[in-house]
Amino acid sequence: MLKTAYEWLDRRLDITPMWRDIADHEVPEHVNPAHHFSAFIYCFGGLTFFIVVIQILSGMFLTMYYVPDIENAWKSVDYLQNEIAFGHIVRGMHHWGASVSIVMLFLHTLRVFFTGSYKHPREFNWVIGMLLFFTMLGLGFTGYLLPWDNKAYFATKVGIEIAASVPVVGSFIATFLQGGEIVGAQTLARFFALHVFFLPAALLGLMGAHFFLIRKQGISGPL
Amino acid sequence: MAHNEGKDQEVHFVGDSRVQVNKNRPVPKDYSEFPGKTEAFFPNFLLKEWMVGVVVLVGFMALVLSEKPPLGQQADPTNTSFLPVPDWYFLFLYELLKFKWASGPFVVLGTVVVPGLLFGGLFLAPWLDRGKDRRPFKRPVTTGIALLTLVAIVTLTWVAWDEHEKQLASQPKGTSEDAKIVHPEDPAYEIYKNNACVNCHGQKLEGLQGPALRGIGDAYTPEEIITIMDEGKGQMPAGMFQGTEEEKRQLAEWLAKQDPPKEEKEQQ
Repeated sequence: MLKTAYEWLDRRLDITPMWRDIADHEVPEHVNPAHHFSAFIYCFGGLTFFIVVIQILSGMFLTMYYVPDIENAWKSVDYLQNEIAFGHIVRGMHHWGASVSIVMLFLHTLRVFFTGSYKHPREFNWVIGMLLFFTMLGLGFTGYLLPWDNKAYFATKVGIEIAASVPVVGSFIATFLQGGEIVGAQTLARFFALHVFFLPAALLGLMGAHFFLIRKQGISGPL
Repeated sequence: MAHNEGKDQEVHFVGDSRVQVNKNRPVPKDYSEFPGKTEAFFPNFLLKEWMVGVVVLVGFMALVLSEKPPLGQQADPTNTSFLPVPDWYFLFLYELLKFKWASGPFVVLGTVVVPGLLFGGLFLAPWLDRGKDRRPFKRPVTTGIALLTLVAIVTLTWVAWDEHEKQLASQPKGTSEDAKIVHPEDPAYEIYKNNACVNCHGQKLEGLQGPALRGIGDAYTPEEIITIMDEGKGQMPAGMFQGTEEEKRQLAEWLAKQDPPKEEKEQQ
């Protein structure tokens, strides 16, 4: 039944090549933890992706209640955490997921670094990976302000002061991040925009490139 | 599913490593050239990877359910006593700026040069480490630099965290400007006024050079207050209370009764 439906669709849309492109390849023995337990270090990339998916989903649900405005931001977070059914779980997933994704990303970077997997011909994918790392740090920095509690506010203030102390470009970076004279309404609005639209768009684009290249080049061989 | 047995279906093999061939493009090695047992990614390997994912997910959800995500008081830009702290993965950069050689007139070292070397080096790793060898022990310079950097990052993070915890602990706890003096008719208030306490903590416990003592009872027991009177705390020197032991106990018990108002307690 399912097979007939699939074939009916396939005759019209030719979908087999699409998923074959993505999914039909062999996984070599040296990255398969079922054969060598130590190969679990090759799981961290996939786990980073998994946590990122959790971040995207929980973040989508958070925006249903979150209000990016200095009067209501803290109140809306307080409300969604304490009044909404399962709100504390969704916010908890997003809050802890932020740290866990950084940990996974860091472990993945270490694995790639110490197995020398960034070498020829995979230099370019390493550079994309570093850009992904910076995007994630940017997501962490912008997301930290959004609950608008004292911790968020003063950490951002100090962060922007540090950015402003960079010679030549510092004041431009600070103005770009802050959007005004002080850390205030405009800062919150643009951190929200960066956190929810700009940086995730960059993240998805870079992840697409990352996965495209790994399929093109294959995973690095055994040591 | 990954391998097509039936010949009656329309199947197109496209874009896989088994598909030929443009001599001008880099074609990845066929996995059959690797030694050992390969496995189809879909569905065999993906299922195993998903099992690893489930284990991680269970651990993650255990963390989420046991630890409520923190939410402090609403941001108050006029609050001058709040200790700023970045999220933990920025702590090492934050701590770097506290070195004398990376702050003040040399702050450019801490904000641009050292992080620039670190991240620039990482970024350009494929071109800095061009040898063919991939094993960590066969490229000792790269591995050595990386390990030293790792140790430095972990140490800086740990030092920053430890310092932050200590600063938090030394901050005046439980005091509040809104709190009223509890039992102002108590003779202990007179003892307070007649001792050195009043010079730093103020006539009305409002705090001068020292922190306010209103609402202090929420944070300390009488015994802890006596310890602070005897041994000092932060900038407060030891042995500031010069009355009798009896007076000291009376004063400590009275201070321990200084609770902040109710609705504020609920917020905390």
